[in-house]
Amino acid sequence: MTKNRELVHPYIPNSVPEVTNEMLKEIGAKSVEDLLKGIPKRLRFKRSLNLPEPFLVEMELRNHVEEILSKNKTCKDYLSFLGAGCWQHYVPAVVDEIIHRAEFLTAYAGNTYSDLGKWQAFFEFQSMMGELLEMDVVSLPTFDWGTAVAFAIRMSSRMTGRNEVLVPKIISPERLSIFQNFCQSKRAPNNIDINLVDYDSKTGSIDLDDLKKKISSKTAAVYIENPSYLGIIESNGEEISNLAHNNGSEFIVGIDPISLGILNPPAEYGADIVCGNIQPLGLHLNFGGGVGGFIASRDESKYVSEYPLHLVSIAKTEDKKGFGFGFCSFDQTLYITREKGKDFTGTTVALWTIASAVYLSLMGPEGLRQIGETIIQKSHYAAQTLSKIDNLEIIFSPNFFKEFVVNFDETGKKVDEINKKLLTKKIIGGKNIANEFPNFGNSALYCITEMHSKKDIDRLAAALEEVLK
Amino acid sequence: MVNQQPRKYHAHVWDEPIILEMGRKGERGISIPKVEKEIEKAVKEYKSYVPSKMLRKKRPKLPEISQPHVLRHYLRLSQQTLGMSLNIDIGMGTCTMKYSPIINEELVGLPQFTETHPFQDERTVQGILEIIHKFARIMCEISGMAEFSFQPGGGAHGIFTNACMIRKYHEIKGELDDRNEIITTLFSHPADAACPATAGFKIISLHPDPETGLPDIEALKTAVSKNTAGLMITNPEDTGIFNPKIDEFVNIIHEAGGLCAYDQANSNALFGIARARDAGFDMCHFNIHKAFSSPHGSMGPACGAVGVSNELTEFLPVPIVTFQDSVYHLDYDRPNSIGKVREFFGNIETIVRAYSWVIGMGAEGLKKVSETSVINTNYLIKKMSNIPGVTMAYPKQNIRLDQVRFSLEKLKKDSGVGTEDIARRMIDFGIQEYFTSHHPWVVPEPFLPEPCETYSKKDIDYWVSIIKYVCDEAYANPEIARTAPHNQSTSKINQGVLNDPNNWAMTWRAHVRKNKRPTHK
Repeated sequence: MTKNRELVHPYIPNSVPEVTNEMLKEIGAKSVEDLLKGIPKRLRFKRSLNLPEPFLVEMELRNHVEEILSKNKTCKDYLSFLGAGCWQHYVPAVVDEIIHRAEFLTAYAGNTYSDLGKWQAFFEFQSMMGELLEMDVVSLPTFDWGTAVAFAIRMSSRMTGRNEVLVPKIISPERLSIFQNFCQSKRAPNNIDINLVDYDSKTGSIDLDDLKKKISSKTAAVYIENPSYLGIIESNGEEISNLAHNNGSEFIVGIDPISLGILNPPAEYGADIVCGNIQPLGLHLNFGGGVGGFIASRDESKYVSEYPLHLVSIAKTEDKKGFGFGFCSFDQTLYITREKGKDFTGTTVALWTIASAVYLSLMGPEGLRQIGETIIQKSHYAAQTLSKIDNLEIIFSPNFFKEFVVNFDETGKKVDEINKKLLTKKIIGGKNIANEFPNFGNSALYCITEMHSKKDIDRLAAALEEVLK
Repeated sequence: MVNQQPRKYHAHVWDEPIILEMGRKGERGISIPKVEKEIEKAVKEYKSYVPSKMLRKKRPKLPEISQPHVLRHYLRLSQQTLGMSLNIDIGMGTCTMKYSPIINEELVGLPQFTETHPFQDERTVQGILEIIHKFARIMCEISGMAEFSFQPGGGAHGIFTNACMIRKYHEIKGELDDRNEIITTLFSHPADAACPATAGFKIISLHPDPETGLPDIEALKTAVSKNTAGLMITNPEDTGIFNPKIDEFVNIIHEAGGLCAYDQANSNALFGIARARDAGFDMCHFNIHKAFSSPHGSMGPACGAVGVSNELTEFLPVPIVTFQDSVYHLDYDRPNSIGKVREFFGNIETIVRAYSWVIGMGAEGLKKVSETSVINTNYLIKKMSNIPGVTMAYPKQNIRLDQVRFSLEKLKKDSGVGTEDIARRMIDFGIQEYFTSHHPWVVPEPFLPEPCETYSKKDIDYWVSIIKYVCDEAYANPEIARTAPHNQSTSKINQGVLNDPNNWAMTWRAHVRKNKRPTHK
């Protein structure tokens, strides 16, 4: 390409020089510089951007990016036992087929008339989640589980006029950090204090005595997770709910939606607000990209009027012959009232919402029950098998869903060291939690899903035996 | 040229039921792997692992549908959605509805990306870390900043992250008690007001000058004080007008002891032309799902990439991807970091696509993007002149960058047809509705097209011809626009129910409960 030949780029139709000239002529400008004179010279960038040599040919671009990505080892090539909020579940082919449709993939902010199908998919997501959760209001999801809970905490604080929240000590450090950013610095006038509630050292579940000690007239909400970050199914949901409600506090529960085919939905034991991560419902791992956090509640104005997130409502047409959709209580979002709105929303994870809608409609009630049974039986088989290995201990309650904590204290080997050796056998071991929870010693969080076969679990056990020898 | 005859169009009308009305008991959409016989023998029944109080008693009332019908249903819904790829999507100002290259969808769908877990050992994810690191260097060059984080999951989230960093900066300096005010402008995105408010700040909004459309620098001088924590501002604002005193704004805030965050949501006309850091900004954010081509996804997944100057890198969310001894690392050892704003690393799929987009453009291509965006906008302005009922806001500013705000105030006065009516009528011609504008509507009956580099001269001509057609029609027969749409998948809805607790319904179960007889078959 000669130096003064203009670049004609396949993504830019008007990069054909003749067209540019025609348009400039029509505008009455000599060159594009005439149109940039609103930017003072002192603020103009004087040189060319120093960027890598481009791959202007699609074939070469593909090769370049594929070559970089091929350096990754994947949970498909390797046998992985990682979870901790991003879980390897099977993604049905129909889900990917639908979310790759250009109509959904490239739509944005169109209203119900031009984008009826998109809105209906959103409403169907909310509706199916509502059935799973036994709740009448479900939001479009925000960025992730942590942000959803942070918003729910802030909703509770506004509803109760109180500025403290109780959260379990056993929680994802990442989620806790998100809460801290949303509950503000201690120095801010409208800060919400986050107080941690202890766990029962035997079972890992919420320590009710500690909760009773810490709950006060300042407590806006009590938050628990079920199953917890370390996989434990909390059995005292109703007691915790009563403690919260007798204290005038909101009760917020975080859940893993794929467990709800067999686990009781929190509304049944008194939850006011339910949050969780939709990633298990048809999303790939995507290096942690495939997550999204929803908020659900009862259909009462006091809750609805505090949602910062989009709520899609069905609405009849004016001629009453059909239906469409719109945002409920849109006036309380930042789009109308700016800083006086309820926190903020914006572009979040709508395409993942459609994926989850497709997933739930494929699964149905039976699919969700079966997958719950399969997961819990497989994870218990894995725990049982691993616990037979010398010096290896499964700690906490025997009531766990798909994740459990393996303690390696007696083996004399560090988790990192063990995982490194497992890696040479093409196994990705459980997440090292020794730094997150030093009290639990040299431990790792293992995750088992429907993806793991008996052979996979036996292979892990054999590899561990060898590594720990 | 603007008198082209509209092409024939009618949207798909499938009259699809809500999915909860579909299927019948016993149908299945997918089979679930059962546990192997050996496992079944080795373990107990699932119920024995769940505390009895925690067992689900009632089956969820999810639909039971066979696979072909699930597929058919969602394909039909997709057909009733007017994605950018299918139309001349010029109307959505601030959204930069550009072409999302198909090659990038293939790359981001590779298992080498989709099947990687965020907690894998960093040595097993060198490829994706390389892309993140290289793209951060690209973003630093584009903006002049020193480091980037891709953790925020959208534009507003990027703004919130910047507000958290401003907060941390003043907290560490011991000044947060006093520095509790963020200054923004009314034509900056509403998130520039709402997100710092969530982070605990009081908000001061500068209003636009009625002549120039620009925020008044004298008002800024009055607004700053010892309470100023920072400035969060868009430029060009949501009018397409570049603020020529932007560096003076920055200086005023700096002299008062505040930090300046540049909302670069409207960056499509600035690649290789002007940079945030060169105007003195301390931090900025870009919408990767807009100017950097990652598809909008019906409203995400997205990324609000945040960049900061050298002095502020310590506050960025953790981890940051570093490159040492030929290996990419995840650096968590950053004691002054604000911590996490999103679990894991963000929507990294957007970064894979954006890297591929930039590397397929190069410096020359990126500049071509911006120059074309500017030419397209000013060409559109030229073509829009003399359409009855339409005026350009702030006409003295006759040159715009990436977008331009118009007003239908005259049309509304003359015919009773307002901007929302015209938006609904536009889509009858297979063109996605335009974005009116964020509130408050300082410019009455506004609309805000952004003809980015994706659109050809012919596309712009056609789009303008449709605006002209519907405005002419509004004068001749206002009822058509007022009752629009007429060629769409559904007709005008009753907005009233959306704010009525007795009638709104966010779920099918609520709808059924509130309407003893569901309206739909």
